[in-house]
Amino acid sequence: MLLAQSRFWLPPDISTHGSSVDQLINVTHWFMGVLFVGWGAFFVYCLVRFRARPGHAADPRPIPAKTSKYAEIGVAIFEAVLLIGFSMPAWAQVKYQFPAEDKALTVRMTAEQFAWNFHYSGADGVWGRTDPKLIDPGNPIGLDLADPHSADDVVTVNNLHIPVHQPIIVQLSSKDVIHSFWIPVLRVKQDVIPGMSIPVWFEARETGEYDISCAQLCGNNHYKMRGRVMIKPADEFAKWLESEKVSRPLQPADQEFEL
Amino acid sequence: MSAAAAHAPHDHASPHGHAPSFWRHYVFSVDHKVIGVQYAITGLIFLFVGFCLMMVMRWQLAYPGQPVPLIGKLLASDWLGAAITDKQTGVLLPEGYNAFGAMHGTIMVFMAIVPLVVGGFGNFVVPLQIGAPDMAFPRLNMLSYWCYLPGGLLMSASFFLPGGAAQSGWTSYAPLAVISPGQTVWLFSMVLLITSSLLGSINFIVTIVQLRARGLTFMRLPFFVWAQFVTGFLLLLAFPPLEAAAVMQLMDRLAGTSFFMPEGLVISGKLAEWTGGGSPLLWQHLFWFLAHPEVYVLILPAMGIVAEVIANNTRKPLWGYRSMVYSAIFLGFMSFVVWAHHMFMTGMGTKLSAFFQTTTMIISIPSVIILTALVISLWGGSIRFNAPMLFATAFLPMFAIGGLTGLPLALTTSDIHLHDTYYVIGHFHYVVAPGTIFGIFAGIYYWYPKVTGRMMNETLGKIHFWPTFLCMNGIFLPMLFQGLVGLSRRTYDATVYEAGQLVQGMHVGISWAAWTLAVAQIPFIINFFISLRSGRKVAENPWEATTLEWAAPSPPPHGNFVTEPVVYRDPYDYSPPGRSIDFLPQNKPQEA
Repeated sequence: MLLAQSRFWLPPDISTHGSSVDQLINVTHWFMGVLFVGWGAFFVYCLVRFRARPGHAADPRPIPAKTSKYAEIGVAIFEAVLLIGFSMPAWAQVKYQFPAEDKALTVRMTAEQFAWNFHYSGADGVWGRTDPKLIDPGNPIGLDLADPHSADDVVTVNNLHIPVHQPIIVQLSSKDVIHSFWIPVLRVKQDVIPGMSIPVWFEARETGEYDISCAQLCGNNHYKMRGRVMIKPADEFAKWLESEKVSRPLQPADQEFEL
Repeated sequence: MSAAAAHAPHDHASPHGHAPSFWRHYVFSVDHKVIGVQYAITGLIFLFVGFCLMMVMRWQLAYPGQPVPLIGKLLASDWLGAAITDKQTGVLLPEGYNAFGAMHGTIMVFMAIVPLVVGGFGNFVVPLQIGAPDMAFPRLNMLSYWCYLPGGLLMSASFFLPGGAAQSGWTSYAPLAVISPGQTVWLFSMVLLITSSLLGSINFIVTIVQLRARGLTFMRLPFFVWAQFVTGFLLLLAFPPLEAAAVMQLMDRLAGTSFFMPEGLVISGKLAEWTGGGSPLLWQHLFWFLAHPEVYVLILPAMGIVAEVIANNTRKPLWGYRSMVYSAIFLGFMSFVVWAHHMFMTGMGTKLSAFFQTTTMIISIPSVIILTALVISLWGGSIRFNAPMLFATAFLPMFAIGGLTGLPLALTTSDIHLHDTYYVIGHFHYVVAPGTIFGIFAGIYYWYPKVTGRMMNETLGKIHFWPTFLCMNGIFLPMLFQGLVGLSRRTYDATVYEAGQLVQGMHVGISWAAWTLAVAQIPFIINFFISLRSGRKVAENPWEATTLEWAAPSPPPHGNFVTEPVVYRDPYDYSPPGRSIDFLPQNKPQEA
């Protein structure tokens, strides 16, 4: 299901945490709007009232302008509220209060120029060994098929399949350059930095198919580094995972979808 | 060195009484005014070049995959180091788009705006406004220009060298920059450009401390001088880390070091050779430690210009001069502790992000104070809307939008959605394009009679202003919405994404606004050149201004002032109470 999206404002939010992001964006823009309109009205009034014209002279006496002092203090207080009341707690929750590992589905993602490789541990919950030396076009993450844990692993390219209503943790790493993993409708964005493994979490409230976009310039085809997140009901997801075991060779359809 | 000593005939390349040779006078000059004009002209040319690159990119953004008109085939010529467009079709290539994007940013920041506001206006105006015969170190000043020009030319030449121009954004994040073509030349050019700014900054600081005219105390300095003074410190302290970082990145490319390259990279399916275990984030820290103060290098001098023009054209003193000065100083300090707000999405911990979003909120306060002071300065004035004043007044709301849109980006939680989207592009362009560039236009119209002895044409100035104002907003306002909808920046073809398809119509509108903006500059270019010959001739003080530069002849001779100026009052003594006169210049003694 595709939710209708505004052409001027935020995309739909189908995550459990995204409302705090949207709320902050909305409140901040109201605040900005009020400031700009109030300030702009004063500005335009001054330009009209104090325009040079015959019979009008400048009055150099400084005006006390207490209002401006109060306005500045008001701005500072409101900014402090946005900061301490909204942004800091929401950031701590979104970025650092990870769901319990046993409740969550953890997926590894290895980015490369210009694709997202997702690695599921499968039924045994253990990821097969990977080795950069084994990387080839048919094996983008260098999965060691000799490792018994690899047998039920699933590797997909560009398509992140997840169940709805379950916390998801994605472990982000990169083979080559910095990418940025962005799922706009899930309000998830995290730079993917080579040499580091950075987790993100989220939980979808609705099923559907949405864009994953690379938000950090990563080379010539950065603009085409588009993935899809496919959110399914839990049973459908389980069926999918079973049918996609890595013993089945990667299909061309997994690598590239129609743009 | 006392101010008096500075006025004694000194060791200039052209001893007084001898006409300097053409080369000494116009090319290798040590006169701050000639160097200022050299900087300004070079900067304006680069401003135009940077804009041209963007106009080509705007074609691809508006009409993805369609051949670039007129120059489509030309940009695939063999004499380019790397083709920008496809040879057969004339369509802009992704690598061409990335090269133009990286060079647009680099040219605009390091080769156009900074040289214009600091090298151009700073060099020409600061010694005049403080009543000095020249900068403290004239030869250093010349060297500064002669590092800048080769740096700029080398950067431009990179289009024609093997591999073409750099393609990794003006931020040149490692590892991408280390493995991309064109980056070596970019780094060499940057070392030259940074050295140039560094030499200039030392000169400004010493000049302002040492060469002020008698009676010109710090609190009597025009706000423009204060802005340049703070800017000098920013350049002095922020640029060395980037210079070091540029050399380190160069070593990663050329000498196989791994400052910024982690171990075990697999690039295009091959195991890479870097094994030292470097950190890509180290580059970002070093880069932004420069580049955030750099933002204030771009904006502070423009604020200074706007303050001068507003005081002059409201015919009253600036409101809150002292708080403006303190705010500028505070801004300078704070600009060194906000850099990591560019890195919120790199996986920053709660404590660190709390620190950087707090400092970023705090830095908004002095900006608000300066802006408020400038707006309140309008109250009670008698406002003349001439060409410089139109640009200076328009600067205020434009900078306000630029500043306000910084808020949701400064808060980490809202930044999750907005980071690296078109919202960011809209935000900083509001600060730098209709912000700083309006300041630059105001400055050009305002000081042109001082530089040339002739006025620019007012009517052409107004014809220049209005379409420029409309087009600037037509370009940058829609970008804010594109970002909110969810379009990533540096996207060669927005229609690849669902969100991009929704805002593709805006891309078309923005592109047409950009091309119209180019047309709107024609009256300015005509005005700039015809006024050299046929502009109305003026005496030393056509705007009836109070600051010292207007006490020198127009154009000022070598050594600037006919008699050594002495300062008796505050910088903006307009409409003094109880007098019939409209203004009292700083160098006029109190009449009995």
